[in-house]
Amino acid sequence: MQVTRALVLVSSDRESMERGAQQVFERLQQQIRATGLQDEVVVTMVGDLGRHDALPMVIVYPEAVVYGPVRPDDVPFLVEEHLLKGRIAAGLQASTRELSGRIAWLSARQGTLPAERRIVLARAGLIDPEDIEDYILHDGYEALGKALTTMTPAQVIDEISRSGLRGRGGAGFPTGTKWRFVASAKGDRKYVICNADESEPGTFKDRLVLEGDPHSIVEAMTIAGYAVGANEGYIYVRGEYGLALERLSRAIHQAKQMGFLGRSIFGSDFDFDIHIHAGAGAYICGEETALIESIEGKRGEPRSRPPYPTTHGLWGKPTLVNNVETLANVPPIIRNGAAWYRQFGTKNSPGTKVYTILGAVNVTGLIEVPMGITLREVVAIYGKGMKNGATFKLAQTGGSSGSIIPASLQDTPMDFDSFARAGVSLGSGALLICDEDTCVVDLAKVLLNFFRVESCGKCTPCRVGTQRAYQILNTISEGTAEMDDLKNLLSLADGLVNYSNCGLGQTAAVPIRDIMRHFRAEVEAHISLRLCPTGVCPMSGRRVMVA
Amino acid sequence: MSNAAQVEVNDKVHAVVQQAINRHGREREGLIPVLSEVNRTLGYLSPEALSEISRQMRVPKGQVFSVASFYRMLSTKPRGRHVIQFCESAPCHVVGGREVWQALQEELHLQPGETSPDGRWTLVTTSCLGVCAVGPVVIVDNDIYGNVDRAQLPQILARYE
Repeated sequence: MQVTRALVLVSSDRESMERGAQQVFERLQQQIRATGLQDEVVVTMVGDLGRHDALPMVIVYPEAVVYGPVRPDDVPFLVEEHLLKGRIAAGLQASTRELSGRIAWLSARQGTLPAERRIVLARAGLIDPEDIEDYILHDGYEALGKALTTMTPAQVIDEISRSGLRGRGGAGFPTGTKWRFVASAKGDRKYVICNADESEPGTFKDRLVLEGDPHSIVEAMTIAGYAVGANEGYIYVRGEYGLALERLSRAIHQAKQMGFLGRSIFGSDFDFDIHIHAGAGAYICGEETALIESIEGKRGEPRSRPPYPTTHGLWGKPTLVNNVETLANVPPIIRNGAAWYRQFGTKNSPGTKVYTILGAVNVTGLIEVPMGITLREVVAIYGKGMKNGATFKLAQTGGSSGSIIPASLQDTPMDFDSFARAGVSLGSGALLICDEDTCVVDLAKVLLNFFRVESCGKCTPCRVGTQRAYQILNTISEGTAEMDDLKNLLSLADGLVNYSNCGLGQTAAVPIRDIMRHFRAEVEAHISLRLCPTGVCPMSGRRVMVA
Repeated sequence: MSNAAQVEVNDKVHAVVQQAINRHGREREGLIPVLSEVNRTLGYLSPEALSEISRQMRVPKGQVFSVASFYRMLSTKPRGRHVIQFCESAPCHVVGGREVWQALQEELHLQPGETSPDGRWTLVTTSCLGVCAVGPVVIVDNDIYGNVDRAQLPQILARYE
């Protein structure tokens, strides 16, 4: 084995690529060759490195020095100083002020982030996502080999069930149970779909898996296919995720060449193939039946359920639909066993959860932590406290379809059951932290605007309800609402929950109910006092027409 | 338009549609990929392009239009040379997006969905694009600008002809 003295990582997420990461990478290669260091130094492009303020970023190991933003012209100096002379290239280092949780494995951070634990993102940022050999070198396709050569499909499902893995798309449905439904459904053809239509505002965890570790999804889907008896899989990727699409296509191509996809995988009699379907811009296609309609070439309008996709899915056949993060947990579970997985997280929500931390905190970014950590810990440890010493007012979890969590609930453990008991939802893992300058009416207005724009329009309660609720919130923020409008608003919320066809309409009611439950006085002040306590709302007294 | 020019346009549309169908197939499953590719190549989905897709894929025109008008990344109207997308989701909104959005509309004299008379800009709002760690975010064509404040807007816009 070749011994290397230094490892140079170049960030190659979407933003970095647009800012010239490719040129920096090529220049590094040239320069390293020019100085004769090619046998001692390895240069790799590695997806997202977790900071977005200094892209493109270069990290040099073993010293773990972070440079950024690095321009191609900086490269000769960097190579000369750091790799040749062995000292830090002065002036090129990224500021250390805003390190995000994503690079918690840096030696510089060791011991400072006790809870971070990486299962889903174990490889993202460490391996070259465009090189299957790098993936194999880091335990890649080991789980698939183990499943196909030493386990029956039923044993694979048992292992997943015993691990307690629950769907990470937001609903928290037990993954093993879903797999069993599809496995026992009658049908000559079955399908596995990876839901990569990540569109919840504030959520970009799936993108990092797809960009940084695409093979893990290919491997997980193939294991799922074996377990439920499917020979074909689809990855439905959000159309806007160009780099993820490219990396996935390459991963599938490489996997086929190596025999991890195709016919008789690992010499078994199991065949599996994966197709990629790029979305065309519609939030609703993250709903599983709308996603299926979209793959079939139609408008992405949700079907009525039941029947569920587990029995009547793609082209009417039994179909397994799993989120990216859920699938990324599968290979480690198969590799290390259910008991290993259960040592992380809580009893009823084992494992880790990937969160994106945004808003009024000092450090924004992405973390993977065990289930059961509290919001207060997230803000204090990973967010490095509130920005400008402000006071925490609320957190909005899980994109638009999550909950508004007031400060009084910030010590609730973040796992599926504790959140359900507290009447709030974990959603997709986005944590938008808001300080006391945030007006709840304004926030609800933005959220309802999102739903009214993204409503597919198929069912009336949602199409009209989201629009009407948005109009009422506008009158409240203009200072022209009456107390009776609050009653109407709550009854619209009831209508949305009870009569909408799918989750979009149902969750559109959540922000309305949440602000009325936790911040009623603030909302009423807009009406009775014609006053916005935070000074955010215009309160112009103008009647606004909302188109 | 003269007849000769009309024929030329139709030939081009025909060729683009043909190429997209060759790549994605004639099955219904291929409709959205075909629409996406034609949209990318021609800039938008003109009535001629939609008719041609309908004819070649044997899908009723009404259904082709209903799919084309459903998805945000497909446009049935011509667009400006540069498309500016502004993220109006909550994470960008609470970190100053509101002010930037106001300034952007004033700078361009455009309402959301409008194209400038000189055909230079189309301004649209978009839902979250997953670059929230650097909000507020403005996207011009394929370039992402993060941590934008209103003072930077003229500089950003000046980069595009």
